[in-house]
Amino acid sequence: MRVTLATSANFIAGETSPILSLTGVSKSFPGVRALHDIAFNLEAGEVTALIGENGAGKSTIVKILTGIYAPDQGEIVVGGAVRHFASPRDSWAAGIAAIHQETVMFDELTVAENIFMGHMPGGRFINRGEMRRRGSQLLERIEADFDATAPLKQLSVAQKHMVEIARALSHEASVIIMDEPTAALSRTEIDDLFRIVAQLKSQGCAILFISHKFDEIFRIADSYICLRDGEMVGSGLIADASEADLVRQMVGRPIDQVFPKRDIAIGETVLEVEGLSNPTEFADISFSLRRGEILGFYGLVGAGRSEAAQCLFGMSRPTRGAVRLNGEPIVIESPGAAIAAGICYVPEDRQHQGAFLPMSIRENITLASIASHVKGVFLSRSSEREATRELGRRLDVRAASWEQTLGELSGGNQQKVVIAKWLAVRPKVIILDEPTKGIDVGSKAAVHDFIGELAEEGLAVMLISSELPEILGLADRVVVMHEGRIATTFSRGAWSAEAIVSAATGAERRA
Amino acid sequence: MSLLLRHRELALGLIIAAMVAGIGLYAPAFISAANIATVLNDTSILFMLVLAQMIVILTRGIDLSVAANLALSGMISASLAQHFPHLPVIAYIATGVAVGLALGLFNGGLIAGVGIPPIVVTLGTLAIFRGLIVVYGGGSQVNASEMGDVFQNFPNLTVLGLDAVFWIAAPLAIAFALFLNFTRTGRNFYALGGNPLAARYCGINIGRQLLLAYLVSGAVSGLCGYLWVARYGVAYSEIASGYELTVIAACVIGGVSIAGGVGTVPGALLGALFLGVIVNALPVMQVTPFWQMAISGAVILAAVVVNARVERRGGKLILPEARRSAGAAK
Amino acid sequence: MSERARFEIADQPPWRMSDFLLRWETVLFALLVVVIIGDTFLSPYFLDIDNLSDATANFSEKAIIALGMALLILVREIDLSVAAIIALCSLAMGLAAQAGAGAASLVVIGLAVGAVCGAFNGVLVARLGLPSIVVTIGTMSLFRGIAQVVLGDQAISEYPPQFESLGQDYFIKWPPLHLSFLLFVIFAIVFALALHRTAGGRKLYAIGANPIAARFSGIPVDRIKLGLFVLTGVLSGIAAVLLTARVGSTRPNIALGWELEVVTMVILGGVSIAGGSGTIPGVVIAVFVLGLVTFGLSLINVPGIVISVILGFLLIGSITLPILGRKFVTSLRSRREA
Repeated sequence: MRVTLATSANFIAGETSPILSLTGVSKSFPGVRALHDIAFNLEAGEVTALIGENGAGKSTIVKILTGIYAPDQGEIVVGGAVRHFASPRDSWAAGIAAIHQETVMFDELTVAENIFMGHMPGGRFINRGEMRRRGSQLLERIEADFDATAPLKQLSVAQKHMVEIARALSHEASVIIMDEPTAALSRTEIDDLFRIVAQLKSQGCAILFISHKFDEIFRIADSYICLRDGEMVGSGLIADASEADLVRQMVGRPIDQVFPKRDIAIGETVLEVEGLSNPTEFADISFSLRRGEILGFYGLVGAGRSEAAQCLFGMSRPTRGAVRLNGEPIVIESPGAAIAAGICYVPEDRQHQGAFLPMSIRENITLASIASHVKGVFLSRSSEREATRELGRRLDVRAASWEQTLGELSGGNQQKVVIAKWLAVRPKVIILDEPTKGIDVGSKAAVHDFIGELAEEGLAVMLISSELPEILGLADRVVVMHEGRIATTFSRGAWSAEAIVSAATGAERRA
Repeated sequence: MSLLLRHRELALGLIIAAMVAGIGLYAPAFISAANIATVLNDTSILFMLVLAQMIVILTRGIDLSVAANLALSGMISASLAQHFPHLPVIAYIATGVAVGLALGLFNGGLIAGVGIPPIVVTLGTLAIFRGLIVVYGGGSQVNASEMGDVFQNFPNLTVLGLDAVFWIAAPLAIAFALFLNFTRTGRNFYALGGNPLAARYCGINIGRQLLLAYLVSGAVSGLCGYLWVARYGVAYSEIASGYELTVIAACVIGGVSIAGGVGTVPGALLGALFLGVIVNALPVMQVTPFWQMAISGAVILAAVVVNARVERRGGKLILPEARRSAGAAK
Repeated sequence: MSERARFEIADQPPWRMSDFLLRWETVLFALLVVVIIGDTFLSPYFLDIDNLSDATANFSEKAIIALGMALLILVREIDLSVAAIIALCSLAMGLAAQAGAGAASLVVIGLAVGAVCGAFNGVLVARLGLPSIVVTIGTMSLFRGIAQVVLGDQAISEYPPQFESLGQDYFIKWPPLHLSFLLFVIFAIVFALALHRTAGGRKLYAIGANPIAARFSGIPVDRIKLGLFVLTGVLSGIAAVLLTARVGSTRPNIALGWELEVVTMVILGGVSIAGGSGTIPGVVIAVFVLGLVTFGLSLINVPGIVISVILGFLLIGSITLPILGRKFVTSLRSRREA
């Protein structure tokens, strides 16, 4: 990579002037002060972790650095010069590149076009040969296992991330921002990513690494910056900090990460699934679920857990298999039928798959159980209000009024409303798909506590999770899936982290 | 680029070839050089309009006002000829293009500048442009005898058996292909339609791209306005009525996705050719022209269903045996 | 979290006059008042009750379809084939009339053909998952094309007088109201109650707001969409009955261009083309605005095609002004806060 002259000179001379420096940066939106007086430096060859709860201002900083927003006050200095970014183009030109959480790319175009969109090589006409050649070079550098001419839609999520990295490198970026890049990656893919990060470090890039996962932060970061409510509340070297320190800075108070497992009397079998199969996604899924039990579903990303759960919920029809609810055989033909039978599924992406942002809180909460609010022919507003109040209070939703549009609420509150919608159905079985994905430390503990509460009330809980500590902390038993099949089922007390992970990666297979 | 894309255009090309061959068996006059020339000449205007509409559809938009634009531009160009019949033909052509461009600017300004959905804007301008013809001309029409020879002769000039319309359409098609495949602005249209957010992050100026799309659509409509009016020798408010749907149909048949970001010049041209062959074949097969609409409709529906089958992805491939068999199929 | 004070959440936000005044329906109603006043000055024949009643005949048929179209656009779909469905229904009725069918059978046939056409659209869109805009462009050509194949350039005008009276005579003598207008009013009330007060209506808004989440929430999206297409088909069938009765004949170009007028009614009525928002009262007011503008202008002999220019500007203006207004207000507000 051709490092910009200024940086390489600094590097050689051993100067410690930072590649990127923010001073006094503030940004407000109507009614919200997103950032106030932010100041930090990014050094060449270092990974700086940016941590903070959801809503602390991390994504606003990213948007300012990538030229989507302009700061109301403050200065951005890159490579010694003060910069103003009127658009993402200017940010690219200054050497700042970003890899976003959801890959923001063009599925219908090739890898090479994705890498070079916005700055394709050539004169008046695009030089496609040159584009392909340089694209292949970049892919080789990060040891990608696919070709520059491949259509993007054929790649996996991890491979798409690699294309984004190649894109960042194509801009000869000196600052690379990674926003929750490991969210959808498996262990080996995360290792690959970190190998590339190490490579970028050695080439003099400064990396801003945003993540909620402390194990990754401690593994890869050299220093950290902590945000809370739009302000910087701490920074320093990772080597000098402990996890508890970081959590305290993020949240402002000490927090128990995981609530102790509640002692719950597990009741009779509620759900029995036998041999559920689909031609391409999963096969021979069999398990049983009892009242008050939390059944974990662990596996690598893409193991088929969500697909099997969605099939159980009626989103798709299995080719084989039988389901029994409270001993009675049942055929679930649609989500509506599942809900009527008392089975609920809370999707992984609660915002896109669960929230109706233009509708009010009340309309959201009552939606899945709307039939219960019908008096005669029409809906009863008072019945809806009552249910909304009850569930909204139970989940501690913060809003100005129940008629407020869901889109105006914070992300965390939106998630609560989505969960409230499902509780309103009074389910017997609740399937939670990655319930703490994207949720910060402060709220995670509350969600875990809440899951325990659900089990205590007698719900049967299916907990799909890719976070081992979560499973180990909450579940009574865990079903481990690998490539569409159940590898093993473990019971609490007779499991170990190593055994579970081996089963998930396919190392062992016990009937 | 994927074999799949080649597949679609190849398939369409083969279907057209099969149709032509089939009809040729029934009526050999159909595949005579003269008739092929007629088909190409008659479809040239559609070729051009389809290319312009394709760019608009690439951006996830739609332009329902193209036929009205064509009619108004043609009318103004014709009335210029009516009052000044001895100007060089380039003056009439330029007038048509200029009027079309101005109308396209109106569309583009509202869509790109104010942010109104394209279907709403072009629904409105569809009525406005056509109505302006009556406002402008008071409901009268311009006949062949009033247009002058210079105006009318040009489209009918024949070189190598093909009319001037074709010789305008052909280089235009090549220019579009080069533009869309080998210039940054051209590729930007695909990016914009494929993922508007990512396009923004890449620094693409979305407003400018959208404006350009509707300007191109307007200018091409204006050009075709002159050609249409000059070729058919009459200009009045109802010419090309409903033609915008034919144009969109041709795009769909040609594989341009209404969701944006997908479409090729060869595909669009084949879609237009398909409809052009049908229109030409009906009288040859002694089928009354009354069948044309029904056949078009059936063909559009077939094309949409086929396109959807092609685009549809099956369930995710998680089970190893499923991946293996899919891998073998590739 | 228990340290933070528990705050009370209001059931409803405080009612602000500006919220009411800035609603689309209010602005549209103000426009309607302006139109009525303007029309009164424009022509002395405007406030004549017989004239007004006859004017309603012109827009009521389209308005009935607009009610169904509004629901479709609400769930992010569209049906551009409604006018072609009218043509096909009219053809079916014409053939039946030629075969000697009575008025009642003709009505049934009209509605049945409408339902079948709607179901055809619905299956392609809801079951096969095809985009409704291109599907209905296709069926638009197909349906009208069938009418054209059968009729060529002929017309059918042998309709029994009882049938024709459905469209031509006043259904109620005083006030003189046509059947079409009466049906529109009744349907409008039913649709308004159904959309705004029932669980089914709530589901429609949910589908429009987020179709994926709607599916996950147990709403039978495909079944509902199919039903809405069938409904629109039936409404088109009703319009076909009324229109055919009114003009007393069937030609292949009957109701040509009506689909765009219907869509204009819906969009002017405040239903967003992106889905998820809009009300029936808004559509009703828009119907009257468009209908009375058309009527007023036709009274002073403005040609139809020029009227459509004005309607085009009305449509675009009504969407542009709120957007520009909002931008203006936001820039004022942020300037105030800075």
